[in-house]
Amino acid sequence: MVPARTRLTLQVLPLVVVLLVFFVFPLLIVLAVSFFHYDDMGMKPGFTLENYAAVLDTGLTYRLYWSMIKFAVMTWACTLVIGFLVAYFLVFHVRSKLIAIGLFLVCTVPFWTSNIIRMISWLPLLGKQGLINSALVGTGVIHQPLQFLLFSDFSVVVSYVHIFTIFMIVPIFNTMSRIDRALFEAARDAGLSRLQTMLQVVIPLTRNGIALGSIFVVTLVMGDFYIVKVLSGGGRASILSAVYDDISTLLFPQAAAQSVFLIIIVMLMVGIILRVVDVRKELVDRQ
Amino acid sequence: MDGRGTIELVGVFKRFGDGTVAVDGVNLKIADGAYCCLLGPSGCGKTTILRMIAGHETPTEGEILIGGENVVGLEPRRRGTAMMFQNYALFPHLSVRDNIAFALRAQGIERKERYRAADAVIEQVQLTALANRMPNQLSGGQQQRVALARAIVTKPRVLLLDEPLSALDEFLRLQMRSELREMQKRLGITFIHVTHTQLEAVAVAEQVVVMDKGRVEQASSARGIYADPASPYVARFMGGQNVLSGVVRSSGDGRAALTGAGGREFELTGQNRQLAAGSAVNFAVRRDEVVLAKAAAAPALGVNALRARVTMTEYQGTYVKVTLAIDLAPGEMNGADEFVAYVPEADFFAKAIQIGDAVVASWQTGSGRLLTGDANAFPRH
Repeated sequence: MVPARTRLTLQVLPLVVVLLVFFVFPLLIVLAVSFFHYDDMGMKPGFTLENYAAVLDTGLTYRLYWSMIKFAVMTWACTLVIGFLVAYFLVFHVRSKLIAIGLFLVCTVPFWTSNIIRMISWLPLLGKQGLINSALVGTGVIHQPLQFLLFSDFSVVVSYVHIFTIFMIVPIFNTMSRIDRALFEAARDAGLSRLQTMLQVVIPLTRNGIALGSIFVVTLVMGDFYIVKVLSGGGRASILSAVYDDISTLLFPQAAAQSVFLIIIVMLMVGIILRVVDVRKELVDRQ
Repeated sequence: MDGRGTIELVGVFKRFGDGTVAVDGVNLKIADGAYCCLLGPSGCGKTTILRMIAGHETPTEGEILIGGENVVGLEPRRRGTAMMFQNYALFPHLSVRDNIAFALRAQGIERKERYRAADAVIEQVQLTALANRMPNQLSGGQQQRVALARAIVTKPRVLLLDEPLSALDEFLRLQMRSELREMQKRLGITFIHVTHTQLEAVAVAEQVVVMDKGRVEQASSARGIYADPASPYVARFMGGQNVLSGVVRSSGDGRAALTGAGGREFELTGQNRQLAAGSAVNFAVRRDEVVLAKAAAAPALGVNALRARVTMTEYQGTYVKVTLAIDLAPGEMNGADEFVAYVPEADFFAKAIQIGDAVVASWQTGSGRLLTGDANAFPRH
């Protein structure tokens, strides 16, 4: 009989190996490279903080972070409201399990096409001659096409919300479906209205799902590359596009430093979320 | 008692969307301050009745009066009822104290005030040491006490308990059973307790309502239900009775003479119904009033006696449960009922009754009770 401890180790081992090879190892390389020297000829192993200095020394970096964090917060707020309400509807208002699963699948339909197509498809809708503007002008609601619809912060956030809401729905849906229905009757028995029940019972009991969804959405937005580029019409850039620019000019050490800095910032954001809600407790402490 | 806890159901029906009839015309009156048990097998409509009184379900037809006021359509909180849910439905994100103070918070009572009220109830259910625990840190019995405290903190006039003891183990069940009884006495409010366990019902309740298929079979005192069942269904469901049948030979003066299969003669007393001669009737005989004698010692068969063979004995401590197979008369079919005698322990061993023995089972005329209703109504298990 193999001791329990050994058995446990063996069970965890494959995942540990995969994570070491495909996650930790590349990350260590990036970390190492971020300290390398470089000149016109290429990079040389060594240890210097110049790359970080170069990243943190330019106002561009801060502007990029400021605009991306702004996008992240706006997207988070929208996806949270939409995701929560969609999940609430699916879990508590759809009587038939089968229909609920069907509607849940409908939520994933946007994922049947590629990211690029989902993004591009906003152009004919939001453009100057697009569907919305033509409709509004045609019905005489407005006389000039709305400029802010496309190639603006608005269109960027719309696209983020479109693509990332599902990442909010899924974890909230999960925690919500574990709520005992009898709690609603207990709340009603105590004299709570529907809204009070949602505020005092449903939201506290779904906070773990909300936290998980928030982590997904925030990290996805912070790590975005294309959406900002395409839907802001080139007016905005993402942090990753700065990394991309560095790489395309072969400034690998600086790209690495920029990446490490991004990781730190995102980890801080996740840390803040975890400070508010201890998600690990949700994952481990299941009775 | 000012009658505010009186409950009356008048012609209550409940049909669900899929066509099932959960409650099929129930009329019922429960006195203020009574401990009432709704008893029946699962699916008999007892929980639906409880939920309709609580306001979590609306009757399709009929009126529900609490303290004389029709409450159909009223929000649960406005009815003066409180419900204790089957699996307690404690809020997992709130401490014991906050769970109990929950309804007070909804009433807009300020924190200090509601905590004081909650702590008073917490003391009543002896949970003071656990007031700051979360529900998942409590045992089943403790959770049940929290649920009870949460239900009584708003001082309801009626407490509705949905299978309150079913999640507990045997030992706790007996303990909580008496605690519920004491609590009801102390509060003096109406308790309606739904259960499928006969012994639980007769142990706690003043009024027992036996239900089957959405109808009330019998509503009476615990003793009335057990000792004087109204129908073959109740007699079989409660146990403790043998159901027999016969044809009326003559009746009058509260006495009836019956003839059973194979010419067996039975007599009933203390019944005031006019029975037409020749009509078939059912009656019940208490199992603990059946006397057994070895067949060899009783050669002649009198009135209220049967010849039978012992098929099983089961030791129960103070008595022995003896199951008998009645000797069938020519042409008689074997009935679905088993015939059982509860023989006092000392008597059983003095007579040295063995499996396979031929015996005569007899009883006093006063032990038989007339039953009405469907002779073929058997409890589903």
